Amino acid sequence: MARLLIRNGRILDPSQDLDADLDCLIEDGRIVGVDAEISQEGAEVLDAEGAWIAPGFIDVHSHLREPGQEYKEDLASGGMAAVAGGFTQLACMANTNPANDDPSVTKYILDRAEKDSPAKIRPIAAATRGLKGHVMTEMMALRDAGAVAFSDDGATIMDASVMRRVLEYSTLAAAPVIVHAEDCHLRAGGVVNEGPVATRLGLPGNPAAAEELMVARDIRLAELTGAHLHIAHVSVAGSIDLIRRAREEGVRVTAEVTPHHLTLTDEATMTFDTNTRVAPPLRSARDLEALRQALAEGVIDVMATDHAPHATYEKEVEFTEAPPGMLGLETALSVTLDLVRDGTLSPLEFVRRWSTNPARLFGFEGGTLRPGSPADLVLINPDREWTYDAAQGFSKSRNSPWSGERMTGRAAATIVDGRLVYHHERGVLIR
Amino acid sequence: MIGRDILGIEDLSRSDIELILETAEQMQEIGTREVKKVPTLRGRTLINLFFEPSTRTQTSFEIAGKRLAADVVNFSVSGSSVSKRETLLDTAKTLDAMDPDLVIVRHRVAGVPHRMAEVLHAPVINAGDGAHEHPSQALLDMLTVMEQKGRIEGLTVTIVGDIAHSRVARSNIYGFSKMGAEVRVAGPPTMLPADIESLGVKAYTNLREAIDGADVVMALRIQMERLEGACFPSVREYASTFGLDRAKLRFAKEDAIVMHPGPVNRGVELAHELADHRPSVILDQVRNGVALRMALLYLVAGRRKPDRSSTGEAQTQSHDRTQENAGGGGD
Repeated sequence: MARLLIRNGRILDPSQDLDADLDCLIEDGRIVGVDAEISQEGAEVLDAEGAWIAPGFIDVHSHLREPGQEYKEDLASGGMAAVAGGFTQLACMANTNPANDDPSVTKYILDRAEKDSPAKIRPIAAATRGLKGHVMTEMMALRDAGAVAFSDDGATIMDASVMRRVLEYSTLAAAPVIVHAEDCHLRAGGVVNEGPVATRLGLPGNPAAAEELMVARDIRLAELTGAHLHIAHVSVAGSIDLIRRAREEGVRVTAEVTPHHLTLTDEATMTFDTNTRVAPPLRSARDLEALRQALAEGVIDVMATDHAPHATYEKEVEFTEAPPGMLGLETALSVTLDLVRDGTLSPLEFVRRWSTNPARLFGFEGGTLRPGSPADLVLINPDREWTYDAAQGFSKSRNSPWSGERMTGRAAATIVDGRLVYHHERGVLIR
Repeated sequence: MIGRDILGIEDLSRSDIELILETAEQMQEIGTREVKKVPTLRGRTLINLFFEPSTRTQTSFEIAGKRLAADVVNFSVSGSSVSKRETLLDTAKTLDAMDPDLVIVRHRVAGVPHRMAEVLHAPVINAGDGAHEHPSQALLDMLTVMEQKGRIEGLTVTIVGDIAHSRVARSNIYGFSKMGAEVRVAGPPTMLPADIESLGVKAYTNLREAIDGADVVMALRIQMERLEGACFPSVREYASTFGLDRAKLRFAKEDAIVMHPGPVNRGVELAHELADHRPSVILDQVRNGVALRMALLYLVAGRRKPDRSSTGEAQTQSHDRTQENAGGGGD
């Protein structure tokens, strides 16, 4: 059947520690191999025009809002935003309406995604029923329905004994538990990072200790239970020290960081722009530097968007009333290429943290260009200049602080199972 | 040069502040006349947009507007925009369609006047936003100190109480610092916000040290209902530790004055005997508030200004508003 030859690009495959100018051959949705001067006989040819050719990016933290909040996003719009941003696979969070705490919801998401989404969707199921933090979900049934991890995300499980049982039981389903580490009592009404900026703005502060306390608690519980704990959107320097030490002790803890925590500080909130309200909040410049360093060292394993669409009218309110979250899928690649430009990450390590590591951590197919792997790829033009306009994006929502900004670097094409699903000149090509 | 809006003292220069205070001094005379009205703002419409009840500030702005012959309309809204299901931008655009010449905004959340100013064609005066700024209060406080002391430069000003939740404290910190005073803040550690010294003040938890040698001691109102048991153990303990009385005031300069933005919790932040008489200047503050606000209205609404360069035309989305923002936890 279909043969596709991608030529004239730079292959970046962290799974093989490969960074070389080679061709890539795809057949029947799978990778045949990468090599020099592959014969183009019988193959459709895609000229990469010098772009990077990498395994497709995998986002392990996005909010796609279906079912229940389709006015913010759905699997079609979220999937289109994903492939336009270079992502071929997404793990979507369980805080839908109803919550993904039942196999019927998991199956619904997968069925809809199969029809509507050009990107592969991997549902994350709730860890407790109704995300209420009391009764654990049927993890085995959810896993069998297709759930890849368990998380109550922003509804942090405050009861340590419930968290212990959730972690313990998750080992039966052999899936990670993802935590939004934040002590909600200590956070109280805090909406911006506690520090000089919060004091100037007169907005309630959220101290770094609120995150550190829960990171410390959950690490000890992961040690107690032997579970795989994945810490979502690490935002403060203190958490990194805790994670580093736990890893040295052999605790199964992994971690992610968002593009916004890597590139924006609480100074971005000085205009009271509610699009800068995120949870956890944007932190200090010192935290930002520590996060970049931890990502480079591998203490933080992956980048993840925490793509959180909200309707414009929901954000046009008081800062404290605005729902937390910002869009991420269409800007993540461009925004984080900053770490390549400043030398924090090599191109190969950049791809590792967006593709190979997420696949390895969550047991997904993909994240590699080895022969026989699914042909999920992204072509990246790291130098292309463009202007991001959230109103023109594929997401249904517009809540991005980067709207109107000049960006450098962009996905030139995205391929899922051997099919071209996005091309920067042709847009999203629904499969 | 004062900008279009007055959103905070942080945005003003020393010469802006001096211009406002000089203008206010000229306005003071009008309040002493038998007919307390001049035609300066005749035909202009001012809207007092108060999302949070504040009888004093609202009345002060209303009297100030009326003494300048403006048409003053009070527009009170209670509850958050979420509870009303009307966004702030919708409220702003509704008012804008009525073509006011000036909008005065008070809200319990920081930043609301700033967001309103992005949409409104009329200039905005911040009448207090959350724990952020209350510029007209700080300016009337500076006017009062000028009146009492003849200068601000070189004075020591101590602000006592709940600094963390106080917009009056922040605006006064910026204002008195810009005018050359040394500003100190004092309160229990639970009421001193993180990194307060980054605003250029010295922070104290010992009241005696804080008011040692002070020329001006300003007590802040304590929100007793909300904070007792959370930020301080009891009203009694607060009053004995941080409440001002004649005995504690002995450590300040002999001619020190006592200020308070009002309303006073008698026997809590100020002893009864201090609230009514010298060295207290609380009623002078209230009197000066009208003249100061007349000056602000004149400087902002009475001068022809260029149109706002970017009117921030808000795009409306066709999303279905009847959908509940349901689901489990936040993101």
